[in-house]
Amino acid sequence: MTDAVLKARVIAPEPSLWERLMTNRDWLGFWFMLPAAAFLILFLAYPLGLGIWLSFTDARLGRTGVFVGLENYDFISDDPTFWLIVFNTILYTVVASTIKFAVGLYLALLLNERLPFKAIIRAVVLIPFIVPTVLSAIAFWWLFDPQFSIISWSLIKLGLITHNIDFLGDAWNARWSVIFANIWRGVPFVAITLLAGLQTVSPSLYEAATIDGATPWQNFRFITYPLLTPIIAVVMTFSVLFTFSDFQLIWVMTRGGPVNATHLMATYSYQRAIMSGYLGEGSAIATAMIPFLLGAILVSWFGLQRRKWQQGEDND
Amino acid sequence: MTDALAREVSQPGRVLTDSTADHSEGMSYLHSLPRRLVTLYLPLSLILFVLLFPFYWMALTAVKPDNQLLDFNTYSPFWTWNPTLKHVYHLLFETDYPIWLWNTMLVAVCATALSIVASVLAAYAIVRLRYKGARWVGGLIFLAYLVPPSILFIPLSTVVFQYGLFDTPFALILTYPTILIPFSTWLLMGYFKTIPYELEECALIDGATRWQILVRIVLPLAVPGLISAFIFCFTLCWNEFIYALTFISSTQYKTVPVAIVTALVDGDVYRWGSLMAGALLGSLPLVILYAFFVEHYVSAMTGAVKE
Repeated sequence: MTDAVLKARVIAPEPSLWERLMTNRDWLGFWFMLPAAAFLILFLAYPLGLGIWLSFTDARLGRTGVFVGLENYDFISDDPTFWLIVFNTILYTVVASTIKFAVGLYLALLLNERLPFKAIIRAVVLIPFIVPTVLSAIAFWWLFDPQFSIISWSLIKLGLITHNIDFLGDAWNARWSVIFANIWRGVPFVAITLLAGLQTVSPSLYEAATIDGATPWQNFRFITYPLLTPIIAVVMTFSVLFTFSDFQLIWVMTRGGPVNATHLMATYSYQRAIMSGYLGEGSAIATAMIPFLLGAILVSWFGLQRRKWQQGEDND
Repeated sequence: MTDALAREVSQPGRVLTDSTADHSEGMSYLHSLPRRLVTLYLPLSLILFVLLFPFYWMALTAVKPDNQLLDFNTYSPFWTWNPTLKHVYHLLFETDYPIWLWNTMLVAVCATALSIVASVLAAYAIVRLRYKGARWVGGLIFLAYLVPPSILFIPLSTVVFQYGLFDTPFALILTYPTILIPFSTWLLMGYFKTIPYELEECALIDGATRWQILVRIVLPLAVPGLISAFIFCFTLCWNEFIYALTFISSTQYKTVPVAIVTALVDGDVYRWGSLMAGALLGSLPLVILYAFFVEHYVSAMTGAVKE
C-alpha cells in the first residue's frame, strides 16, 4: 500500500490537503474516532475532572463554589457517618463479591455437567441479570416487607420462627438483606462468564488426570482453577467494581436507612449532593471512591496480562 | 494456532453453542444416578428456585385480587384461582405508565443507535486503521468502561445544567452513550479482529476507500457482533437509574425504573399489586428481546469480559 502511494506521488502532483486528510492513516483515524471521542470527552473525561475540582470547592446546588482546598475532605474525615458508610461499603463489597464468586463458580461447574435442557436452564439462569435492577429491587422490597413478607410467613408456618422478621428495619438485618439481593442479581453474571471459560478447558486434561488417579478435588484445584484464573480475575474485577459503586438496589430498598446502616458511598454522595444540595461535599465522597476503583483496575490489568502470556498471544 | 485460539476466545457465543456440549463431559458416565441427584440436580434446583422465586412472586402479586394480596392465611399465598388484570388496567389507563414506557424506549433506542455508530467507527479505526497511538486509545476506552456512573453523576448534573439539557430526554440520550460506547467499542474490536485482513487488502487494491470497506465488507461480516452490542446497550439503557433519577424531574419525561420508584409508590397498602405489575411490564420488553437473542446476549457478556 505504501508503495502504491509512493508511485502515485511520483506521477501525480502533490496531493491536495483535502486528499491527504481523507487518505492519511492518522487523519482518517482521527475522523473515525471523532464521534466516540466527543462523547467520552464531553460527558466522561470532563465531568470526571470537574468532579474532582468540585470536591475542592464549596459549590451548592445552583451556585458555583469557590476553591476551599481540602475543607470538604477535612469535614468528611471528621464525620463519623462517613466512616460508617465506608465500613458499610467495604462490608457490602467484600461479602457480596465473595459469595457471588463462590456461588457463581459452583453454579458454573454444575451447568458444565451433562444436563437435560441445558440450553434452557442456562438461559433461565441469566434472567435476574436481564431484568432491570430497580424492578427486581422492588420485588425484593416486597419480599422483605415487614408485615406481609412471604419469607417470614413461610418460616413461621414451618415453625422455624415465631415473629415476622423485620428485614429492612433493623440495621444488621437490612445489611444482610441488601447483600442478599445484590448476590441474587450478581450470581448469574459470574456463573455464565465462568461457564464460558470452563467450556474452553479441554476435557482430555481431566481424562489424563483421572487416569493418573486424581480426585475430583484435585481435578478442580490443579486443572480447572489454574486455567480459569485469568477469567476469574477479570470477572471479579468487574463484579467488585459494580458492587462497590452500587446505587440502585440500596436506593430502592432502603434509601440508606435505617439510620444510615445501609448507605453506600454512592447513595450517601447522592444524598449529600442532590438531596441536600452540598455538591462539594458530595463530590468529595464520590472522589474518595476513586482510589478503591483504581485498585480494582490494577488487579484487572494484571489479570489481562497474565491471560495474554498464557495464550502466547502477542500484545496487539 | 494462536489465531484459532484468539478467534475461539473472541467469539465465546459460538464456543458455547456448538463445541464441547457433546464431549466435554466425557467422564460423567462414571457417576451413578443417585449420586448425580445429590451432587447435581438438588443444588441446581435449589439455586434455580432462589433465582426465579422473586419473579414468580412478582407475577403472582400482579394478578392477585386485592383481598388476597395481604391475607396469606385465608387464601393460599402461592397460588390464586381468580387472577385479575385490575392492577395492569390501573397502570395502563389510570397512570402515566404508557408515557414512561415510551420515554424509556425512546431514550434507549436513540442512545443505543448513537453509541453503535460511534463505536463502529472507533473500533474499526483502532483495530484496522492502526493510527498512531491506537493502542493507547484502546486502553483508554477500556479504562472509560471502568468508570462507574455513580462517581460521575454529580459533576454531570452541573454539566447537563450548563448545556441546558436538564429535565429533557436529551440529557439521557447524550449521557447514556458514555456508559455504552466503551463497552460496545471493546466488544466490536473483538469482532473486527476476527475478520480476515486479506478481504480488506483486496478491496484496497481494487480502489475502495476505507469508508466503502467499512460499510460493504466489514459491517456485513460483523452483524452478529452488532446485534450483540445493540442488545446489550439497549439492556443497559433500560436498566440505567442514577442518571435518570438525577437529570429528570418532571413526571412526563421519567423513565420506567425512576417513575416506578418515585411516582408509583404511595402509602396505599394495596399498592403492591400495581407496583409488581409495573415491574413485570417494565421487564417484559427486555425479557422478550433476550428470549430471541440469548446467544448474542451471552456472547456480548462473555465477550466484553474476555476481550
